[in-house]
Amino acid sequence: MSSQAPPALKRTPLFERHQAAGAKLVDFAGWEMPVQYDGVRQEHIAVRDGCGIFDVSHMGEIETSGPQALELLQLLLSNDASAMAITGGAGGAQYSVLCREDGGVLDDLFTYRLDVDRYLTITNAANHERDLEWFTTHASGLPGVQVTDRIDDYAMLAVQGPLAREIVQAISDSPLPARMTAATRRLGGAEVLVCGTGYTGEAGVELLCAGEQAPLLWDELVRRGATPAGLGARDTLRLEVCFHLYGHELSVDRGPIEAGLAWCCREDTGFIGSDAVRAERAAGPSQKLVAFVIDGPGIARQGNRVLGGGEVTSGTLSPCLDTGIGMAYVPADRAASGTRLELDVRGKIRPAVVKDKPLYRKAS
Amino acid sequence: MTQASYPPDLLYHAEHDWARIDADDPAIATLGITWYAQDALGEVVFFEPPAVGTVLAKDAPYAEVESVKAVSDVVAPLSGEIVEVNQGLAENPATINEDPYGEGWLVKVRLADPSERDSLLDADSYKATLGG
Repeated sequence: MSSQAPPALKRTPLFERHQAAGAKLVDFAGWEMPVQYDGVRQEHIAVRDGCGIFDVSHMGEIETSGPQALELLQLLLSNDASAMAITGGAGGAQYSVLCREDGGVLDDLFTYRLDVDRYLTITNAANHERDLEWFTTHASGLPGVQVTDRIDDYAMLAVQGPLAREIVQAISDSPLPARMTAATRRLGGAEVLVCGTGYTGEAGVELLCAGEQAPLLWDELVRRGATPAGLGARDTLRLEVCFHLYGHELSVDRGPIEAGLAWCCREDTGFIGSDAVRAERAAGPSQKLVAFVIDGPGIARQGNRVLGGGEVTSGTLSPCLDTGIGMAYVPADRAASGTRLELDVRGKIRPAVVKDKPLYRKAS
Repeated sequence: MTQASYPPDLLYHAEHDWARIDADDPAIATLGITWYAQDALGEVVFFEPPAVGTVLAKDAPYAEVESVKAVSDVVAPLSGEIVEVNQGLAENPATINEDPYGEGWLVKVRLADPSERDSLLDADSYKATLGG
């Protein structure tokens, strides 16, 4: 027994809602978060078939504003931030990675354009402080930009699933912004930044509002049919559609090209790390991130070795495919769809097959 | 089973396993995981029983149970050799959640040293280890 008490976990404005709903709460990056309510599988299916609601208020926010805001984002973000347009009152949304000089990934981020010279970037909870310092350090040479930590100003809810937009639309004062755009709306009594983005492969929105507004917004959306879903389902949902999770598929030891994120890198913008990314794109990476399905029983997990080189970055049992799935880095010559792999799952060799991403696709 | 339960007729290991000594043959015990263990794990989605004949050493892991989220070792509360495994769990692993002390049993073992049972906990002592 240690005599030192662990540091107190942070709680989101929805903590009491999670407790009341009987959620299983766990430490996630220093936050006391719901991993599940009634069960990961039911919550997963609720999102695929109807509508789920996730508290993701542990995620951080950094606002970049001022006449040189775009200049700073172009320096830091791998994507072309100038492509985020303002059209019809909604701002663009964009995915990118934050790289070091050597191309190693510091974080993966969504950025929303709030106004002409104002952008909001969403950070992963575990990386927020490091990202903020990175932004602040590089802003110091640009007098026309202000970097503001907004983590304490926002709660964040993800409402996801085929019925999600309909449920949110019903309490909105005007039509919701389209996919991959963001705009402020009044939802019930609350002023909310509504973002047409998500992390589940389903239609839906992510909602950013003041913390004190979050509980009533949550209650109203649950009352209208959104099923509370925890971080467990969030993980299985994202893995079925092969979205990256920092600390699993991404780290400072991996570059965006080998991670399959060349599509969000625009080296000609000159972002930090762009030389390394350009070189890796030209030479081709020695390993590539692939999706796989286990052929037979078993569930691979992060850290399991791939025989012949490489390792599993994420693994779970897919609730929709009802088989073991995952992602892994493998030698580039073994990354083609259909390649057979052998995974060392805690001493048992499990056969697996490389598959095209995403692993799950809705029957249309 | 949604309510915590720790039957008084079982012996418990602090690593959240139970043992039921066979009423007719005290050298045979049925093993499983406790309500607390299955609740902490969440819905069990995979259990691959070890082979009949596998030798178990008390306090050492002998199998794994897996939820969507995590894999967890199952520790042997007693030493012995597996004489039977619960084949039904391959098809319906969530039985471990639904009936952890009944249909969700894991293996039956022939005990190497039946006196080892004296080191196990009764239900009240085990419950005390779980704290508030």
